Amino acid sequence: MSATTTSAAQKHRGPRESLFSRAGAMLVMAICTFYFLVPIWWLFVASTKDRSDFTTSAPLWFADFNLFENIGNLAVYRDGLFFKWMLNSVLYAGAGAAVATLFAAMMGYALAKYRFRGRETLFNVVLGGVLVPATALALPLFLVFSQVGATNTFWSVFLPSIVSPFGVYLARIYAASSVPDELIEAARIDGSGEIRTFFTVATRLMVPAMVTIFLFQFVTIWNNFFLPLIMLRDEELFPVTLGLYIWNSQVNQIPEIRAYVIIGALLSIIPLIIAFLGLQRFWRSGLGTGALK
Amino acid sequence: MTTTVARPAKRKKAVTKNRAAVLFFVAPFSVLFSLFYIIPIIVAIYQSLLTVEREGTFGKPTEVFGGLVQYARVFQDDAFWASILRVATFGIVQVPIMLGLALLLALLLDSPLVKGKRFFRLAFFAPYAVPGVIAAVMWGFLYSPKLSPFTAITSEINFLGADLVLWSIANVVTWVFVGYNMIIIYSALLSIPSEIYEAARLDGASQARIAWSIKIPLVMPAIVLTSIFSIIGTLQLLAEPQVFKSFTSAVTSTYTPNLLIYSTASVPNVNLAAAFSVVLALLTFALSFTVLKLTQRKAD
Repeated sequence: MSATTTSAAQKHRGPRESLFSRAGAMLVMAICTFYFLVPIWWLFVASTKDRSDFTTSAPLWFADFNLFENIGNLAVYRDGLFFKWMLNSVLYAGAGAAVATLFAAMMGYALAKYRFRGRETLFNVVLGGVLVPATALALPLFLVFSQVGATNTFWSVFLPSIVSPFGVYLARIYAASSVPDELIEAARIDGSGEIRTFFTVATRLMVPAMVTIFLFQFVTIWNNFFLPLIMLRDEELFPVTLGLYIWNSQVNQIPEIRAYVIIGALLSIIPLIIAFLGLQRFWRSGLGTGALK
Repeated sequence: MTTTVARPAKRKKAVTKNRAAVLFFVAPFSVLFSLFYIIPIIVAIYQSLLTVEREGTFGKPTEVFGGLVQYARVFQDDAFWASILRVATFGIVQVPIMLGLALLLALLLDSPLVKGKRFFRLAFFAPYAVPGVIAAVMWGFLYSPKLSPFTAITSEINFLGADLVLWSIANVVTWVFVGYNMIIIYSALLSIPSEIYEAARLDGASQARIAWSIKIPLVMPAIVLTSIFSIIGTLQLLAEPQVFKSFTSAVTSTYTPNLLIYSTASVPNVNLAAAFSVVLALLTFALSFTVLKLTQRKAD
């Protein structure tokens, strides 16, 4: 990607811009920073307060720092149900995204690097799948799982989330442009089998695309709400989004639950923020590929 | 899309030789895709063609083939079309605002006007890490007339009332997705070689002029992509209004098409819910396909 050359060139012509337009640009940036970060800041500050400070102290600044007590209370509330939900979400999203990435990479690689009958049809069907949003499939999936009596199980939420048509699309584009045919041919001449070549040579070159697929599938599953809402009755199986939704709808009957909703909301976004910060180098370049075609 | 370079003669031979390997690569995804995409769609269409009949008022209900009975109900269902109209209104206002802001921020990040790009990029993208449900819960507090940090505003304006709640939800969706769309457009901007606007720079063109005449046309594919995803997302709106239901009675259980599908399925009237799903999916598909075709023709 030509990111480095672009920014280097820009540095050279920086000072030529007028002070007026630079000030205007920075003002827009400052207002937007406020808009995007204040809600998260509020959530963090609110998580550090006990019940009386929450209603009486200034909402955007700290009172007594009770963050760890709040987490402790949440951990024992209803035998640590919240952390069970977090664990469920990590399983659904972590394992689900890993399997989805592997299958999407294999499929995308085959579509990019082999000619076989029905290849274009297959790719077009997958592309159609990209346009079918996950929420539209929730009810149909419920109908299928209820016919085999498998609703309200771990698998009813896990299995549908390991299919990522967008991942296949991304993997195909990326494999076509970043895995040279000559390299595959060379591996063939060295006597490497097709499958071994994929796992030892191609996957290494496809890492940026695979990290992108993993991250976006992880977020999709982590944020998924309709499928668990429609599938699950047993709260032991809930992902964290569904659990917090249920608690939030009970705030009017059980007022003390509000504190748990707030601290829970904060804890539920931390894994995603860490994942995005840690892997940003990969997903930025991967996304560029997808958008540009 | 068609970046693969075709080399027919050489590849043809590989076809027969690598059949087993191709099958190995293609099978897992294809099987899962059939099980969890294609079969559910077929089952939903099948269910939408059934209707429940009872023998007498208290007789045992049996599912019989009803043809297009459910679809006739869908087209007569005022609540369904009201919900479609509601999300259409939402989309016509919210999608351009969100994408316009995303484009503006991406262009500013790509221009030499802004310092501290890394920080701003992350700050704007951070809300995308907040699940829709959680974002809606959070903004519910921020809109609250008593608990909000902005009570000066929220005690005067009722953000959760029937008049404004749709736009309060629009704000939550905008807040979550501007950064995501910005990153997609920004990545596209980064991959434009800077030599392309060197000439314009030498002619003394302003940053705004370069953005308008050179950069925006070049990132059009990325803008089209984000538009399609936004349109799909709007028609499928569910999590945010579902959460807002517990803050305000202005959001009913038929507020958006998906809320209506959920409440119809819980009645349970699975056949009618399936018919709603099919119609919604077809509308979504038709709309995103139209946008794709219209913009492609323009680009040619």
